[in-house]
Amino acid sequence: MMRHFFICAALASLGTAVASGQTIAITGGKVYPVSGPVIEGGTVLIRDGRIVAVGADVAIPAGAQRVDATGKVVTPGLVNGASQLGLMEIGAVGSTREMRARGKDGIAAAFMPWEGFNPSSVLLGPARDGGITSAVILPQGGLISGQAAVIHLVVGTATDMIMRAPVAMLASLGQVAGNRAETIMRLREVLFDARAFRTHRADYERSQTRTFSASRLDLEALAPVLDGKLPLLVAVDKASDIEAALRLSKEFGFRLIIAGGAEGWQVANALASAKVTVLTGAMNNVPDDFSSLGQRQENAGLLAKAGVPVVIIGNAGGGDEDVFNVRNVRFEAGNAVAYGMEWNAALRAITLTPAETFGVGDRVGSLQAGKLADVVIWSGDPFEFATQPERVYVGGVQISTPSRQDLLEQRYKTLPPEYRKPD
Amino acid sequence: MPTASHARLAGVIGALVVAALHAGGAQATTAAAPRKAPTDTTSPAPMRGGTSLPNADPFPSTYRPFASRPTLITNVTILTAAGPTIRNGSVLLSEGRIGAVGQNVPTPPDALVIDGTGKFVTPGIIDTHSHIGAGAAPGDEGTQTDDVNEATSPVTANVWVEHSVWPQDPHFPRTLAGGVTTIQVLPGSANLIGGRSVVLKVVPARTAQGMKFPGAKYGLKMACGENPKRVYATRGPSTRMGNVAGYRAAWIQAEAYRRKWDSWNAKHEGEAPSRDLGLETLAEVLRGNILVHNHCYRADEMAQMIDVAHEFGYSIRSFHHGVEAYKIADLLARDTISASVWADWGVFKLEAADAIRGNMALLSRAGVRTIMHSDDPSGEQRLNQEAAKAMAEGNRIGVPVSEDDAIKWMTINPAWALGLDDRIGSIQLGKSADVVLWSGNPFSVYSRAEKVWIDGAMLYDRLDPASQWRTDFELGFVPANRGGAR
Repeated sequence: MMRHFFICAALASLGTAVASGQTIAITGGKVYPVSGPVIEGGTVLIRDGRIVAVGADVAIPAGAQRVDATGKVVTPGLVNGASQLGLMEIGAVGSTREMRARGKDGIAAAFMPWEGFNPSSVLLGPARDGGITSAVILPQGGLISGQAAVIHLVVGTATDMIMRAPVAMLASLGQVAGNRAETIMRLREVLFDARAFRTHRADYERSQTRTFSASRLDLEALAPVLDGKLPLLVAVDKASDIEAALRLSKEFGFRLIIAGGAEGWQVANALASAKVTVLTGAMNNVPDDFSSLGQRQENAGLLAKAGVPVVIIGNAGGGDEDVFNVRNVRFEAGNAVAYGMEWNAALRAITLTPAETFGVGDRVGSLQAGKLADVVIWSGDPFEFATQPERVYVGGVQISTPSRQDLLEQRYKTLPPEYRKPD
Repeated sequence: MPTASHARLAGVIGALVVAALHAGGAQATTAAAPRKAPTDTTSPAPMRGGTSLPNADPFPSTYRPFASRPTLITNVTILTAAGPTIRNGSVLLSEGRIGAVGQNVPTPPDALVIDGTGKFVTPGIIDTHSHIGAGAAPGDEGTQTDDVNEATSPVTANVWVEHSVWPQDPHFPRTLAGGVTTIQVLPGSANLIGGRSVVLKVVPARTAQGMKFPGAKYGLKMACGENPKRVYATRGPSTRMGNVAGYRAAWIQAEAYRRKWDSWNAKHEGEAPSRDLGLETLAEVLRGNILVHNHCYRADEMAQMIDVAHEFGYSIRSFHHGVEAYKIADLLARDTISASVWADWGVFKLEAADAIRGNMALLSRAGVRTIMHSDDPSGEQRLNQEAAKAMAEGNRIGVPVSEDDAIKWMTINPAWALGLDDRIGSIQLGKSADVVLWSGNPFSVYSRAEKVWIDGAMLYDRLDPASQWRTDFELGFVPANRGGAR
């Protein structure tokens, strides 16, 4: 398992395909680097797939391809913080679903869904076209679902696309393994065992330990969580469960990230002082169940105001926000603004904050020299429906492959005639 | 985590009900012979759209408009859904109706005047495809709030979804806050024929009857494709050909039933035939008194359903979901069938794999009455945003859609699909004063419904949280400090 972990890390360093030998200067646009203040009429200079300069007075080398972005908005490529891109093609078709491990008693910590990642997924096209240039891919189900990865949406192989893995371990609280307290008890039991396994590894190999409550692979996979190296992403909505997650994090010393967090606004100060990032949306205000009675669209804004790092993800429900419509995360950000979040904070919440949260903040998420050239030129405010992503660069390469949806649209834009017998 | 919508829920439901084999679909009961057979023309209370046989309107609407005062919204941009945008105009709401609209509207002395500078007025939004009330929140296991699919038999024309509607569903006030004033609640898509729909005004009431849109026609929910065949895989129909055989068998029975009752109604001789709730509904479809709303994704299946309708002489009022409707836009235009579709849902099952965001623009261009529907309590709150996405895609692919077109997708076109386009769906003199004041352009992500009027009564005011409707369920359970932010 650990060996596997390192192989993947090695893969990851290979896995960022970038364009070489090309210099591109995007000029004249309203540039939002995210890492710094907006630059009117700024230039983003790209060479060999990386950003080499961003600013108002950037010298443009002779021979550079100039892209005039006057009147446009330039941002980093968007980072979707919670998707199942490449893990699910057609939801109802089992043979295209790869995000759920069978596990053992709800524990699948060793599960690395990116091993089954499909780089040819037809759903990657609409995501790229929508300005998504990297995404977190998550496993699903059980008490401990498995591990997450960040993919880079270059057009390429799985090796090219897996940017970093693992980036988090996913668990869930609530009534996942019995009632709420029982679920916490079970999670604690597994973490205890992982701790014991870590310190009694040699005894374990000689069968000199008691029986542990999870498999060897799962216990091993949890070691980096206990070491504080791999964050535990806990899917949880109810405020009291969020507090329980905070207590567990203290007890076991793991880095906590909250996903969902419908009632997070009720414990915003505790989250802020623990410096816990929350992945949440801004389009759900329905008390869907007894765990999310306090769900409201102001959640993201209220958390941000309290000082909680926020990653905006799709949470409306029903609208395929984890695959086909991962592109819509920019509208989720717009809704967050409509419900009280500051505009710049909302942009950060779909770019740099998810990149930092999942350990790729040194490579993507902002327009800074040295970072991968993931850049989007928008026709206007990226949160607005009328705005189009006019050019999307991933690793300095402009996306030009038509998506399956584009092909269908082209085919039927003019209705074909009924079939006729050839004359 | 997100909830699944009913469009894709039928599989789950199917798994739960395969063992629950109830006695059968239509329940036959013998009615006392009516003294006088009411018909559409002679019924003593011929509620428009009420059924003609033998008890026209057993669950009558008790809705009465809420108290209102004359209201004039001034200096506002008006998307009328009946013509070009009126800039810097005024709308007068008076006695529950649009009393005046235009650039120069005199202020009645007693009117409440609302300055609409920088704001927009639209007709109340209408959703042809809702399940709220019947599929209520919260939806945890054990709440028993999912009363959408009577998935016990492939044909349940006998059920009326209004009998599932819980007026305290917290979805209702949220839908109203999205500017939605009228919804059609449909039974689910597990069955070939799922039962009667009901048209509701989105108003607080103690009973479902208190929300029923007076005089609105009923709809009939039908469903094609994957859902019925998956739900009934073990007992049939298990194939698409089985689905079509199922519709045809039901219509053959309905046709015989209609003849029997029509002939008895004409003569009133002998004993009245036995009533059959399911066939009664289907016969009303054949008489044109109930409108067919047909869940169907694939183009080829919609074409089959059009032929079934031709075979039995009924009309399909609207195809719902229709992710492939763009492939047969010409057929829909030819038969005057509206298309109730999404902006961008798709690929969650194979029959939805060819979803394109240009669907609405292409349908609109072909002359199809195009409708933005939700099938989702979350999407229902933001039909304006959904329309904005579909409009943007049309403009991107060179099939331009104006705001004056796009507003129709969620107002006058759905009003037509519900048979209510003479009463609601546009800002025109004499129409019901179902009106939304938006904080800005409704196609902007930053705009929100600020005030909502139904029949001239202000039922929602975002700026006054204390006045906002909270359902009984929400009291105590749901924190009160929602809404009203900013």
